Amino acid sequence: MKNQGNPYIPHLATVEDTWYETYGDRAIKTFRVVFQEEEVKEAWEHKPGQCAMIGVLGVGESMISISSSPTEGNFLRFSVMRMGKVTQALHQLEPGDTMTVRGPYGNNFPLEEWKGKKILTIGGGIGQAPLRPIVEYVRANKSDYGDLTVLYGARTSNDLCFKNEFDELQKCQTVSSCHLSVDLEEEGWTHFVGFVPTMLMEVNPSPENTIAITCGPPIMIKFVLQNLKKLGFEDEQIYTTLENRMKCGIGKCGRCNAGPLYVCKDGPVFSYATLKEIPEAFA
Amino acid sequence: MTEKVLQKENWSSFVQALADARELWLPVKEGPLHKFVPYSSEQETPVDLEGYANSSVPPKEAVFPQTETMFRYQTGDQEICPPEAIKERVLLGVRPCDARAMDLVDHVFQWDEDDTYYLDRRKKTALLGLACHEPFPNCFCTSLEGSPGSTQGLDVLMVDLGESYYLRAVTDRGKKILQSVESSLEEASEQGKQAEEIIKKAEGKIGRKVEAEDVPEKLAQLWEDPLWDRISRACLGCGTCTYLCPTCHCFDIQDEVEGYEGRRCRMWDSCMFGEYTLHASGHNPRPSRRERTRNRINHKYHYFVRKFDKIACVGCGRCITSCPVNIDILDILSRVKEAL
Repeated sequence: MKNQGNPYIPHLATVEDTWYETYGDRAIKTFRVVFQEEEVKEAWEHKPGQCAMIGVLGVGESMISISSSPTEGNFLRFSVMRMGKVTQALHQLEPGDTMTVRGPYGNNFPLEEWKGKKILTIGGGIGQAPLRPIVEYVRANKSDYGDLTVLYGARTSNDLCFKNEFDELQKCQTVSSCHLSVDLEEEGWTHFVGFVPTMLMEVNPSPENTIAITCGPPIMIKFVLQNLKKLGFEDEQIYTTLENRMKCGIGKCGRCNAGPLYVCKDGPVFSYATLKEIPEAFA
Repeated sequence: MTEKVLQKENWSSFVQALADARELWLPVKEGPLHKFVPYSSEQETPVDLEGYANSSVPPKEAVFPQTETMFRYQTGDQEICPPEAIKERVLLGVRPCDARAMDLVDHVFQWDEDDTYYLDRRKKTALLGLACHEPFPNCFCTSLEGSPGSTQGLDVLMVDLGESYYLRAVTDRGKKILQSVESSLEEASEQGKQAEEIIKKAEGKIGRKVEAEDVPEKLAQLWEDPLWDRISRACLGCGTCTYLCPTCHCFDIQDEVEGYEGRRCRMWDSCMFGEYTLHASGHNPRPSRRERTRNRINHKYHYFVRKFDKIACVGCGRCITSCPVNIDILDILSRVKEAL
């Protein structure tokens, strides 16, 4: 979508609702926003896996995964960890406030291609944000896909995002199995204790007719990929979504490249078959 | 073909006639260095091109300013005001390598999605190039499909014949510009031949060379090679090589607020800076100068080739001449070629 032909001019969006997913130093706040202009609202189309540049005038912009699926309604959701200047300013936004949004950027998860397949998502920490739209999309189009398995872990139970939704996922029929983990033993924790790659081996999903998608800290992704290979997944069955620092979102400003690939244009979604040819992708 | 001759005694009226119809930029001496600046008739510094070899800062600044306002706003208010459109302009005295560089950078700013700021300036900027007759010691344009008389990207090519300039229109726009300043020009006769000889002679004076054809393929195989440690050890990370590079186009975007007046601007950035790729989390995919140097060379001689089928270097030699620790891209390329 273009804004008067100038891709750098953002749209204005109103924050409808916000809530904290996690608290503390690395607090994560979720925003549900709607565009202020009817025209933009109508024209906006995004697919699971895409990102948007969101920001606050006077402070700046950050590239953030769109964590809602288009099947959920005419709004966008972003889950933002408070980390730097822009995310700090975003965290101060309350319902009724305005943020700027431009995009959507990047490619998307090839959900059309995956029709008829079983879907396995493996997330860690804030890495669940780009995976959430897959889960929602597949749930909304259940008849098109096989079993949906969701694996998600964080350092502690306080660092898990979308907690209420996971309670629901564990009960609902559209998800075949949902597994949660925390890194260390906690009082009252009844789910898996250990790192996400270890939980993956424990769950032991079959690679047969399955697509595995993972996102999380680089170190987690590295071991998840290794373990998926051990489980017999082929490179073409494995997808991940990368992030790098970005400014323009449209392949001009230069900084998000991983080797010859621009994460903002060629990604953020990559198959492992593509990524393993790019040594810098795991830097 | 429109060919004209400009007697040097008519230089001032030529410059004034160019400036009357449009904004004129030309290289002006500031201290020991030349820099492209907008011309004003009140300007005290001489505006002739005598003693001008090339500008220290490439003329890319005219189409891709070091800092530019993308839009303005009032803080608190959410109204976004894009900047006013620029006027037609002409750059006088652009060297052929720098014009070729703009052609290369065009790919970046118009692939997939148009960069309106850059393309608007570029469309409105005509290039009146000046062929080189005294190349710098570090020039190596002839190794990269360039030449002291290359017309690629130019609207008009000028050649210094001593007492006069030979001018040849390369594009229709160039032809129109020459028509608009006709009164200070004469018809050319034999000068075209003379110009060709001067260019040929200049080509012969270029001493530095590299055979770059196999470099992209070699770079792909040298990712973990120790040569990157050796090359980057001396690097100070000052970014001069990238700021002065006519094909470097990386930028940062920042908001600036003074009182209630806010503006979003973009400014040149450099892949040689650590912050360029630093994640908010503290993670940096290119944590040291080894990775950054490797990226700079790979971007120009490998990634750009994969994407646009061209090497993103025109052999202007600025990065060699201006590096404070004498890092030499031709030396790097020869090490790359020898490494396998």
